[in-house]
This record gives sequence, structure tokens and C-alpha cells, in this order.
Amino acid sequence: MTKAQQIVIVNTGCANISSVKFAVERLGVNVTVSDDTQVIQTADKVFLPGVGSANAAMASIKQKQLVSCVQKLTQPVLGICLGMQLMVEASEESLTESTECLGLIPGQVKRMQVGDLRLPHMGWNTVTPVADAPLFKGIDANSYFYFVHSFAVGISDFTMASCQYGMDFSAALHKDNFFGVQFHPERSSDVGSQLLKNFIEL
Amino acid sequence: MLARRIIPCLDVKDGKVVKGVKFRNHEIIGDIVPLAQQYAEQGADELVFYDITASSDQRVVDKSWVTRIAQVIDIPFCVAGGIKTVADAGKILEMGADKISVNSPALADPELITRLHDTYGQQCVVVGIDSFFNAETGKYQVHQYTGDESRTQVTAWETADWVKEVQKRGAGEIVLNCMNQDGVRKGYDIAQLKAIRANCTVPLIASGGAGEKVHFTDVFQQADVDGALAASVFHKGIIPIPELKAYLREQDIAIRD
Repeated sequence: MTKAQQIVIVNTGCANISSVKFAVERLGVNVTVSDDTQVIQTADKVFLPGVGSANAAMASIKQKQLVSCVQKLTQPVLGICLGMQLMVEASEESLTESTECLGLIPGQVKRMQVGDLRLPHMGWNTVTPVADAPLFKGIDANSYFYFVHSFAVGISDFTMASCQYGMDFSAALHKDNFFGVQFHPERSSDVGSQLLKNFIEL
Repeated sequence: MLARRIIPCLDVKDGKVVKGVKFRNHEIIGDIVPLAQQYAEQGADELVFYDITASSDQRVVDKSWVTRIAQVIDIPFCVAGGIKTVADAGKILEMGADKISVNSPALADPELITRLHDTYGQQCVVVGIDSFFNAETGKYQVHQYTGDESRTQVTAWETADWVKEVQKRGAGEIVLNCMNQDGVRKGYDIAQLKAIRANCTVPLIASGGAGEKVHFTDVFQQADVDGALAASVFHKGIIPIPELKAYLREQDIAIRD
């Protein structure tokens, strides 16, 4: 059933695209990596991956003229790590005052304030989803997911799951057809695969 | 709560996993991909693949195994050895590695750390440091080209200073290999790791010396490191990872299920 779907990973020009692709392929699903607006628009499910810095990633997306394409998508879209951060309005991670993001979900990306703890927040941390979060179906509350980041989106009405590291922040966001996860499901063992499967089966 | 990480290190030579004692007499342990898969299934939190010949041999090393690992492994992994340029790092990351680790080339050209940070982001830049305690001078000194005994040299860097320098240049994580302990399974160098921890605001990974389960408890509780790396105790089945993780959980150390 799921094999007939068109799954597309937006080629944001970032480095973790092959690991996302391999993770989806491990589920037995075909996936296309593309920066062609036509291919992205007609997909059933869209992944927006990203690692690196928000300013560099937004510059790459703009240069590929994908901003309005992604903003107009109506099918389920999953942003991963920096991909999630790009879904909100703006990011403090910038060479200037702030980097304007895609504005798909209300929120701001800010540098994490963690006191004496180390940054980046790197490693496996427990995630607490809100009740009936569709992406977390079949995943136990407080399961460990793999994180690597120094910037984060705070808790809001759009928080689908939270995590704590010196502060509470959004481990996952959701608004309409737009979903985002701060962690790396493609590197989060069985629970990560389950989350990717849940997204593909939405 | 952020879990402490258990990290098997697979030393790679000519596409095989090997292990030597104090960097010598490498013996073949097995093939990379099945070993990696086995560790992931046993609950390793992360894997490090260290191409031990790369930096010393001055040759182009076949890294096609990185893609094969990325295809089957669903936990993060880092590739070390022979990464001398931003382009080298880019290839490894594109193949699916989550992080790259630089050691000798960063000592030869510290600016490399800055360029890697600016190009790929802090999150994927790991700096490996081989630190040797010189009993005569009472100092911890950074060594270079440790993959090849004939080329190994003492650098002008004291370990604590190099740790500060690499952080300033954008390292996202530091793996501190305490050479005196490496391969002898007498425990991690708690004193050194504790001293470095005090000056390290990025994640710090302990390497060298694991021999018993209690060594992991000690290094997490006493040196407050974020992860503990080990090789032979895992490769030789001296400490099975599930048993180690259950044991550490009993000691109230945050460990992933």
C-alpha cells in the first residue's frame, strides 16, 4: 500500500540527505531526492531535512527557488532537525540579526540557554509527546531519540512533543500538514523508524 | 534526561576492523558492516570508525564502506582518519556519516577546524586528541600521527591548551584518548579527564583504558564525561553491551533503554 506513494526528500543541499534516504528505504519504501518544484508538489509525502546552520540552509533553499513551493504544500511535510527549525518564522542562528525562515508554523528558533550543561545538546534524550500525537503512535512516552543541536524552538501551542535539557523545548512541532522533529529519527534506532513509518502512513 | 553514551570504536584498516595494544600489533577482528550492525542491535549509542592508517600513510583511502554502513545502521556514527580537507569531510558526510573526526591534520593546520565548522556546522565536527602523560615532565602532551609508530611525534601542545584551542575554533565534540591507558584495560584516566572536563564546554568523550564495567561507572560519575569509548572489551566480548547498560542503570547513571 505505502509502496505506491510518492515520497520525496527536498534536496536542501545539506549533508544528511543520504541518511534520511537510507532510513526511509529501510522501511521498504521508495524515495526520491529532488529540488524540482514539480516533483515536490506532486509528492504524497515530503521530507525537509537539514543540518548545518539556518542561514546557510535558507540561502540554499532560496537559491534553488523552493521557498514558495514548500510554503504552498498541502500534503504532509516532515522537517527534520534544522529542517524543523526552518519551518518556523525566524531563527536567531544568523550572520545578521536573524534569519527569516519559511513561516509554516508560528515560533522562533533561539540559542539554547542551558546553564552549566554542554552545548551542542548531543546524544539520546527522552521525549514526551502530547496525547494522541499521530507521529508518536506506538512509541512509548519517554522513549530516547537522538539529538544534535544548539538552537531550539520553545514550547508553544504547536508543540507536539517536548524534551528537557537545561530548559524545556519543542522536540516536535505540528500545525496543519506541517510536522517537524528536532531530533534525528533516521538515527534514533527502532523508535525513529516507527516515527518515520507513522509519518509515511499518515 | 540526556543519556550517557556507550561508544564502541572500530579501528579500520584496509576495510577490516582491527585492534592493537598501545597502537601496535594490529590484529583483524572482522568485517565492518556486520560488526557495526551487531553493535547497533546490542544497544550501542553511537559508533566511531577510525581508519588508523589513513593519516600516516599519505594515500587516498577507499571509504566506500561509509555508505554501506549508513545504509544499514540506524544509530549515529562518526568517521575518523585521513580527513585532511573540507572536501574530504564533505564526501564522508554525503555518504551518510553523521560526524567526522579530525586529529593529526587539525594539529598540522588548526584552521581546518574553523573551515569544517563554517561549512558543515559545529554539530558534525569532532576533534580527536591523543594525549600522553610524560612522567618526567609531569605534563600531558598531545601526540600526532599515532596510527604509525615510526611517524608518531610529540607536538608542542599541552593537552589542556589544545582542548581550549579546538573549542575556540568550533569543535562540536572532543574525544580524548589517553594513550598511557590505551589497550591495557586498567581503567580510564580519571584524573586527566576530570581536569579536561573543567575546561570543556562541548561534549567530551573518554577513550582508552576500559577493562571492566566499573571503569564506565567511574568515568561517568567521577569525570562527568558525556560518553565512554572502548574497543577491545566489546570486540573480544569481555563486556557485553546489554550487560554493561543494565549495570550502569543500576548505578543510577542515565542510560538509554
